[in-house]
Amino acid sequence: MSDEFLLEVKSVTKRFGGFTALDDVDLAVRPGERLGLIGPNGSGKTTLINCVSGTLRNESGSIRFAGEEIGALPAYQRTRRGIARSFQIPRPFTSMSVLENLVVPIEYVAHRALLHAGDTRPEAMAILEKIGLAEKAGTPSNRLSQVELRKLELARAMAAKPKLLISDEAMAGLAGNEVDEVLDILFRLNEAGITIIMIEHIMQAVMRFSQRVVCLDAGKIICEGAPASIVRDPNVQRAYLGA
Amino acid sequence: MKQRMSNRTFAVVAFVVAIALAAVCQLIPNEFFFSAAYTVLLYVILATAWNILGGYTGYVNFGSAAFFAIGAYTTVALYYAVKAPLLVTVPVGMAVAGLAGLGLGYLTLRLRGVFFAIASLALAVVLFTFVVNWDFVGGARGAYVLQPTEVPFGLKNFIHLLFSVQLLMAAGALVVARSIETSTIGRGLAAIRDDELAAEAAGVPTLRLKILSAAISGALMGMAGTTFPYYLSYIEPSSAFSLSYSVNSIAMPLIGGMMSWMGPLIGAVLLGTVQQIVQVTISSAWNLLIVGVLLVLFVTLAPNGIMGWVEAWRQRHRK
Repeated sequence: MSDEFLLEVKSVTKRFGGFTALDDVDLAVRPGERLGLIGPNGSGKTTLINCVSGTLRNESGSIRFAGEEIGALPAYQRTRRGIARSFQIPRPFTSMSVLENLVVPIEYVAHRALLHAGDTRPEAMAILEKIGLAEKAGTPSNRLSQVELRKLELARAMAAKPKLLISDEAMAGLAGNEVDEVLDILFRLNEAGITIIMIEHIMQAVMRFSQRVVCLDAGKIICEGAPASIVRDPNVQRAYLGA
Repeated sequence: MKQRMSNRTFAVVAFVVAIALAAVCQLIPNEFFFSAAYTVLLYVILATAWNILGGYTGYVNFGSAAFFAIGAYTTVALYYAVKAPLLVTVPVGMAVAGLAGLGLGYLTLRLRGVFFAIASLALAVVLFTFVVNWDFVGGARGAYVLQPTEVPFGLKNFIHLLFSVQLLMAAGALVVARSIETSTIGRGLAAIRDDELAAEAAGVPTLRLKILSAAISGALMGMAGTTFPYYLSYIEPSSAFSLSYSVNSIAMPLIGGMMSWMGPLIGAVLLGTVQQIVQVTISSAWNLLIVGVLLVLFVTLAPNGIMGWVEAWRQRHRK
């Protein structure tokens, strides 16, 4: 059973005081899958991936990754095991250049040598080229545009050589052609064998990208299935439109 | 990540320069120079140490005086217990202060931001009270630590030796700071300073690195304190826990620049020297006032310190 899924979330509950943000959530993701995670604002999408990536600890339930229970591990250990994420609001290392931003995960995850990791710049450069940020390598990361920041988020996640990439609204606030650009990147990463969970409000993007979509509402999974069937689901329509 | 001098070469250069300086300065006839230079060097060590946690990692330590006093009182305790020589008190003082940094880090660095600053201040108050009530090291009365009359290496007197030792220790502190700065650890600390959550997500073991940085910073501050009882021959709690150590350790890196090892060095030499001159020409009561005014000026006009200002100037002229 465990071998079948890369990520297995079982009856995970997360409370903030009296508020139950996640209520007995189950989710399983197969290796190589492209999963869309949707839901109205405040439905618990980001909380769920915060629990998976280790930013938050769930109170109960289990989270297994590649057959191993990871629920008690700190976030950096999960990154080292192959879970990488991008943040909803880009969080670059602002005192560093774009290239140096990538050097951090390369040194800490891929090489794991505290004192001297050798020259990791070519490796960082290769990732920047793939993502289309190569000409910005030397630019301080606080001088990037929105779309560049989103790309940097993805590039930094990639530098950790993940098995699972969680993209948290990587396209929010981008123009149409920029959305296509980021989608292209995600498709290419998936073709290279990386499992991807995409959280997104831009429906068009989710529908195009996902093989399977899961919808959260008020901390519960209310529906899952193929993209086309999800939009017709009455529960999903009620959650979004309040009808 | 420009091509720079390797850390090993830098260490050799730093120690050679320190030894040469120590040797050349022996020719200076003015005895006050040694006492003044000792104090400036003390601040170089404190500022460099503070910057490892404050500048590189982004955690403000308001209790530098506590770590300094731990070093000083380790010397006093060892002196009273077994008449231990400097060669013993320096490493032991470093170890004790390093452990204090480790403990404080372990207890408080899980919390973010301002909590560490408050806890570091509390540590200073708690330790002060402890020392005041600890009779073995003199309590509130203070303790005498006599300078040995025999001075090795053919030096003229003990203050010459203290100055030379302090010079070597300052070089050592700078070597440690620079090695951290240019290593993977340094980039991890910078990532923590920029964004702790993102650092953790990038695989950086944030808690471990913060504790390591607090321990190294504490150990170096303790090291600066170990020679202090010998310097004064007499030490009492309010001089060892003096506010000016805590304030100067923050102000000097801020004024010099917190992004590199050179900033605290420049800040400490500049501010320390000004303070020494003012102390002689006007009054020591002016020292903290000067620090305050300079701090306000720098925070408003050059928030990245002298180094940051120079860097910005260089970038403008390259274009």
